[in-house]
Amino acid sequence: MEAQLQQLKEEVLQKIAASSNVKELNDVRVAYLGKKGPITDLLKGMGKLPAEERPKMGALVNVVREEVTTVLEARMSLLQEQAINEQLEKESIDVTLPGRPVKTGNHHPLTRVVEEIEDLFIGMGYEIAEGPEVEKDYYNFEALNLPKGHPARDMQDSFYISEDILLRTHTSPVQARTMEAKEGQPIKIICPGKVYRRDNDDATHSHQFTQIEGLVIGENIRMSDLKGTLSVFAKKMFGNDREIRLRPSFFPFTEPSVEMDISCFKCGGDGCNVCKKTGWIEILGAGMVHPNVLEMAGYDSKKLSGFAFGMGPERIAMLKYGVEDIRHFYTNDVRFLSQFHRTEV
Amino acid sequence: MLVSTKWLSEYVNTQGLDPKDLGEKITRAGIEVDAVIDRSHGMTNVVVGYVKEKVKHPEADKLNICQVDVGEETTQIICGAPNVDAGQKVIVARPGAVLPGGMKIKKAKLRGEESNGMICSLQELGIEGRLVPKAYADGIYVLPETAVPGESVLPLLGLDDIVLELGLTPNRSDALSMLGVAYEVGAILSEDMKYPEVNYTESDEKATDYLNLKVDAIEENPMYIAKVVKNIQVKESPLWLQHRLMAAGVRPHNNVVDITNYVLMEYGQPLHAFDYDRLETKEIIVRLAEEGEKIVTLDDQERTLKSNHLVITNGKEPVAIAGVMGGANSEVHDGTTTVVIESAYFVGGSVRQTSKDHNLRSDASARFEKGVDPNRVILAAERAASLLAELAGGEVLAGTVMVDELDKTPAEVVVSPDFINNRLGMKISLEDMTSILSRLKFDYQAANGLLYIKAPTRRQDIKIEEDIIEEIARMYGYDEIPMTLPVEESKPGGLSSYQAKRRQVRAYLEGAGLYQAITYSLTSKEMSQKFALETAPVTELLMPMSEDRSILRQSLIPHLLEAVTYNTARQADTVALYEVGSVFLGETESGLPHEQEHLAAVISGKWLDHSWQGEKKAVDFFVLKGIVEGLMDLLGHSSELTFERSVVDGLHPGRTASIKLAGEEIGVIAQLHPSEQKARDLKETYVMELNLAKVLDKEVEALYYAPVSKFPSITRDIALVVDSEKATGELQAIIQLSGGRLLKNVHLFDLYEGEKMEPGKKSVAFSLTYFDPERTLTDEEVVNAHNKVLKALAEQAGAELRG
Repeated sequence: MEAQLQQLKEEVLQKIAASSNVKELNDVRVAYLGKKGPITDLLKGMGKLPAEERPKMGALVNVVREEVTTVLEARMSLLQEQAINEQLEKESIDVTLPGRPVKTGNHHPLTRVVEEIEDLFIGMGYEIAEGPEVEKDYYNFEALNLPKGHPARDMQDSFYISEDILLRTHTSPVQARTMEAKEGQPIKIICPGKVYRRDNDDATHSHQFTQIEGLVIGENIRMSDLKGTLSVFAKKMFGNDREIRLRPSFFPFTEPSVEMDISCFKCGGDGCNVCKKTGWIEILGAGMVHPNVLEMAGYDSKKLSGFAFGMGPERIAMLKYGVEDIRHFYTNDVRFLSQFHRTEV
Repeated sequence: MLVSTKWLSEYVNTQGLDPKDLGEKITRAGIEVDAVIDRSHGMTNVVVGYVKEKVKHPEADKLNICQVDVGEETTQIICGAPNVDAGQKVIVARPGAVLPGGMKIKKAKLRGEESNGMICSLQELGIEGRLVPKAYADGIYVLPETAVPGESVLPLLGLDDIVLELGLTPNRSDALSMLGVAYEVGAILSEDMKYPEVNYTESDEKATDYLNLKVDAIEENPMYIAKVVKNIQVKESPLWLQHRLMAAGVRPHNNVVDITNYVLMEYGQPLHAFDYDRLETKEIIVRLAEEGEKIVTLDDQERTLKSNHLVITNGKEPVAIAGVMGGANSEVHDGTTTVVIESAYFVGGSVRQTSKDHNLRSDASARFEKGVDPNRVILAAERAASLLAELAGGEVLAGTVMVDELDKTPAEVVVSPDFINNRLGMKISLEDMTSILSRLKFDYQAANGLLYIKAPTRRQDIKIEEDIIEEIARMYGYDEIPMTLPVEESKPGGLSSYQAKRRQVRAYLEGAGLYQAITYSLTSKEMSQKFALETAPVTELLMPMSEDRSILRQSLIPHLLEAVTYNTARQADTVALYEVGSVFLGETESGLPHEQEHLAAVISGKWLDHSWQGEKKAVDFFVLKGIVEGLMDLLGHSSELTFERSVVDGLHPGRTASIKLAGEEIGVIAQLHPSEQKARDLKETYVMELNLAKVLDKEVEALYYAPVSKFPSITRDIALVVDSEKATGELQAIIQLSGGRLLKNVHLFDLYEGEKMEPGKKSVAFSLTYFDPERTLTDEEVVNAHNKVLKALAEQAGAELRG
């Protein structure tokens, strides 16, 4: 019986070694160590042995069984690891293949500029005011100190609908309407929107374009406040090291009136093609609200004062992004639009 | 306004400043210098030559061989100009010269003959053709006999000069004259002014004996004066006067006309010279024209006048349109011996209307329109008389013929220095303020803590305190203004809820793959109402620039489709665009159209790209519908959203739906009609337009959290056989209504129509989720609810369970 056991052990160890995968090895386990396997049979057959031999034999069988089990388990973990490695091998991919694209669109560049300006002023306590694109002559001109007969309001320059109604030529009527509605209360607004002028469309002119204006009215609003506000704007919009300068100018609705230049963001002021070698770039027009404008809207110009400024998002986008033709903004070529996708700075 | 710096320095000391620096100072003080023009263009080696001999070129008809004395030698030059002749003093560009056009002069051989330079026209020296005197317009320029061969022509022609081009704003009409610019420069540099010389002796005869004057339109013409000068000789002006006019952008004609133009440029006061004898009547009557009256102006155009046009007449017929242009009938000509010099104040509005009606703008009308200085009317006439005596040998008759009811009192402004400083946010001292006023030559008195200022009449833009603030600030320097921020009650800024939602709509659509487009609001009559959700009377321009941009749109779709066609024609695989913009409908009480903010979207081409993973999908109705559904979900309206078949002109009749919120129509979604697609060269294209304002203004329920349940849900799938025409939306609605409170979700997961189905039938499969947040459902409860659904489907839609 001992010899039989030894032979059995040799046989099992051989089978274990011969198993090449987890399944085969499991079959070996069931065949030899299972309830119906030869080792169990041997243990069952021990009853036939003399009583004094039984403990010795029993211990022997158990030793063999344990030895076989250890070898089997070692083999098993080896085969399992092999199996995982094979699977990983099979599942490996070419990580350089392109990813599945996430298709998204984006803001029109003008909206991008307008929202950037809006957000910047919202941070300084401004609200956004909007108004109609078809406007009364009164709000577009008269309330802004452009009385009838003023050369700036020639039929040549504006699209009239009737004698008293026209497509607004600037977003300033929104200021006039807001002032009228606020009835003498302080104001702090930004007015973006579409405007229209009788111009032939070419590289630098568009019969429809965008404006964004600001208006602040309060007690003791000073020209220094305008200058400080514009400086904050210039730095946030065009970079922290931007300088500004004001030049006297003329607008019927402000007095004094100024034009603001910023130091060139491309060359830093040394002179380049963007600033036409002057080191300065004209960005916007501004001024202290003309007393006639305040009075017409019911504000006491001796007690309250204000400033206003206005600029063209097209011009800013053209400068910032190097766009050379204003018509690009209205052609809606996807090859153009899709370039304004990513974050800046 | 073109300002010769040499000419300017006759009136004010420019302190030897480099013209570029002077320009910069002028700009920073308020008048923008648009350009600094070097009239020499860096030319050298351009000298006076004397043509000693001229012979025809043997080989070329149009060429002449000239022997030209250029000072240091006599050299041969070939010249093709028709007017070259022996005995002339001419302009010679010698070898080595570089002319303004970039032309380099070299020794050359022309048809075998040596040519050592070029005899030049004024155009070749960089003078615009329209400014060259007519006699020399088509050939070389001939210099006066006094020119010395070999000397540079630049000083002779005034080309050793730098011109500042001023970009004047409408308020600074005072700078439309050399004197006005001199005042400005004097103020900037703290220099005094020197007025031009007026020096003539009057004859014994009186002007009033020669001419009667009457003004019958005193409102339009409050001041009119005339000087009479006789025995003049009309000829070419001296060279210095001609080149000053050319530098100022005026073409020289003859001495009389040139003198009136010269004084116009000098004083900003337009003058006109009549031929006294051609007036015939010895009378000038200023009046409004008769309706339909005619006059032939100096440019030989016959013009029909209106009753609000002011004219100068000889008592019988018009001889000039006041302030705009003279008449041909009284024009000064070579044989003129006596002239009447008119200097007047014509009211701006009247001149503007007249010049607009005749589409005739002149140097004179531009100045009258903006208002000339009332105190220069007489000065300018006297200056002209003085020049006529000096340069035309004229005899100035004694006195002036005059009607004068013009108010010449200067505007008075009273302002406190504190007010000035408060508005500027500065602390400028009273001394600094008064010093600036002195530099500006404003009369002032400081008393009782106030400044009493009399603005000179040349500065008609100075009327109110704020105008003085600007004068003080610009002279003090805008760089000196400190930077502060408004001090006020602090209030949070922000977007309105409408504006905030509109931004979210944009972000959502862009996340869904659409690019934002911006198209024009103006469109053609044909397109104005096409695809419109709602039509109303259109808003039309009075004077459109073209038919294509004549009416305001009532739908955003046509222009978006134009963009799709544009992109498709340029090989774009996919075009997916949206636009947020206004449409213009009818008329509100205020007379303005009703502006409604709309959202439109178009998609065309591929939706999923062909990738290495093999998928590729064209856009379809349901891609766009999914975007609309997602949008309404974002805005909190998904439970009220329905789509109903509808028909709209230009859209595919089987693939159009109206979009409704709680039963109210708010938009349309559709495939473009195949014939419209074809007309636009498009593949299948889907469009959508919503009344965005209505959607965003709709109230939304507050967002409130529903507890996340611990209990499981149970899902049952059903496959139904129904008639092919049966709308799945209807089946879904039946399920939802009949499922009771336990039915939480219905999801359509399969649709089949084809061989395996009986003709006219289709199979629709739904997945139904039952769920109770409070407890685990029993099988029985689910079976009960599910059976109700099946029963309702069978009864209401004839749906059978698919075996």
